[in-house]
Amino acid sequence: MAVQSMVLADVPFPPSVEDFYLPSILPWGEHDNYWFTKITALVWLTTALIIIFFLVSYRKPQLVPTKKQWIAESVYGFVRNNVAVEMIGPAGVRFAPYLTTLFTFILLNNFWGIVPFVQISPNSHIAFPAMLAAVSYVMFIWVGIRHHGFVKYMKVSLIPPAPWFILPLLIPIEFFSTFLVRPFSLAVRLFANMFAGHMLLLVFTLGGFAMLNANAWFLPFSLVSWAMTIALTFLEFLVICLQAYVFTVLTASYVQGALADEH
Amino acid sequence: MVNSLVVLAAETEHNPIKPIWQEIVVGGIAFVILCYVLMKFVFPQMEKTFAARVDAIEGGIKRAEAAQAEANQLLEQYRAQLAEARTEAARIRDEARADAEGIRQDVLAKAREESDRIIAAGREQLAAQRESIVRDLRSEVGTLAVDLAGRIVGESLADEARSRGTVERFIAELDSAGSTNGRR
Repeated sequence: MAVQSMVLADVPFPPSVEDFYLPSILPWGEHDNYWFTKITALVWLTTALIIIFFLVSYRKPQLVPTKKQWIAESVYGFVRNNVAVEMIGPAGVRFAPYLTTLFTFILLNNFWGIVPFVQISPNSHIAFPAMLAAVSYVMFIWVGIRHHGFVKYMKVSLIPPAPWFILPLLIPIEFFSTFLVRPFSLAVRLFANMFAGHMLLLVFTLGGFAMLNANAWFLPFSLVSWAMTIALTFLEFLVICLQAYVFTVLTASYVQGALADEH
Repeated sequence: MVNSLVVLAAETEHNPIKPIWQEIVVGGIAFVILCYVLMKFVFPQMEKTFAARVDAIEGGIKRAEAAQAEANQLLEQYRAQLAEARTEAARIRDEARADAEGIRQDVLAKAREESDRIIAAGREQLAAQRESIVRDLRSEVGTLAVDLAGRIVGESLADEARSRGTVERFIAELDSAGSTNGRR
C-alpha cells in the first residue's frame, strides 16, 4: 500500500532508459558506481542458485535417479540431446556442458524479468549478452581453427561453392555475416528482447497509474492496463524461455558451421 | 514523437547499447565461476551416470543374452545326447534281436542236427538189428526147415553136406525172391 501511494504520488511516465539504471546498492544510492547494483546482485544470485541447485541435486548420483536428480538430468539431457547432438551431431556431446551452462545462465537471468518484486532481467543490460556473445564468438572461431587449421578454416567459411566471377561479391558478404554480424546479432537479440519486455511491463504498469492520476474516472482503463501487464508477463515468460533457447541453439549452430567440412 | 525522443536522448546519461565495463567484468567472473563448477563437477558426473546407466541396461541385456545362449546350447547338447542315447538303444535292441535270432537259428540247427543224428543212429541200429535178426532167422529158418523137412520126409538126412547145400540154395532162392519183392 505504501509503495502504491508513493507511486501514485509520483509516477514517472513515460518510462525512460534511466529506469534500467538503478542506483548502486553498495555504496548506497550512488549513480555512477556499477560494481554492486541490483543487476549485478541478480547475476551473482543466478550463479549461486544454479551452482547450488546442480551441486545439491547431483551430490550423490544414482543409477535410478531421485526426483531432484531427474530434474537436473533433464535440464542437461534437454540441451545435450535436443541442442548439442541435434545441431552438431555426435561430436556435439563435447559441447553439451558449455551449452547447458550457457542455457541455464541465460534462462535464469532472463527469468528475473518476471519474478515479482524483482522484475528486471540483468540481460536487459547489454553488457551481459555482449559478454556471452563474445564467448560464443571466440569459441566457434577457436573450434573452427583447431578443427581445420587457420587457412583451411578461412577457406571453408569464406569461400562458398559458387562460380568464380561471383566470389568477389560473396566473400565479403560471407565475411561480414560470419565474422562481423554474428556476435552483434546474438547480443542484441537477447538484450533487445529483455529490454523491450521490461519496457512493456513498465509502460503498462506505470501507464495504469498515470491514467488514474490524471483522472479518477479512468480507473477502468487503468484496470485494463494492469490486466495487460499480467498478460504480458505470461508473454514474457515465453520470450524468456525462447530467447535462452535461441541463444543456445545459435551458438551450437555456429559451432556446427565451424566444424562442417563444406560450406 | 521525434521531439520527445530527442528530449529523452538529451536527458539520458545512459546509452542502453553501450555496455558498462564493470558489468562485463562482473558477468564474466560470475559466468566463469559457473562454467568452472558445472563443467568440472556436475556435467561430467552426469555423463558418467548416463554411461553407467547405459552400461547397466546393455550389460543386463548382454548377460541375459549370454544366459539364453548357454541355455540353448545346453538344450541342444541334451537333445543331441538324447538322440544319441535313442539310436544307441535302438542299435542295442537290434543287436539283441539279431543275437537272439542267431541263437535261435543255432539252437534249431543243433537240434535238427541232433535229431538227424539220433534218427540216423536209430536207423543204423535198426538196420543192424534187422541184419542180425535176418541172419538169425536165416539160420533158424534153415534149421527149422531142415527139421520140418526131416520130419515130413520121415528120414534123417545123413549127408549133412548135401542137406546144407540144399538148404543154402533154398535160402538163396528165398533171398533173391525176397529182395526183388522188397524192392518193389
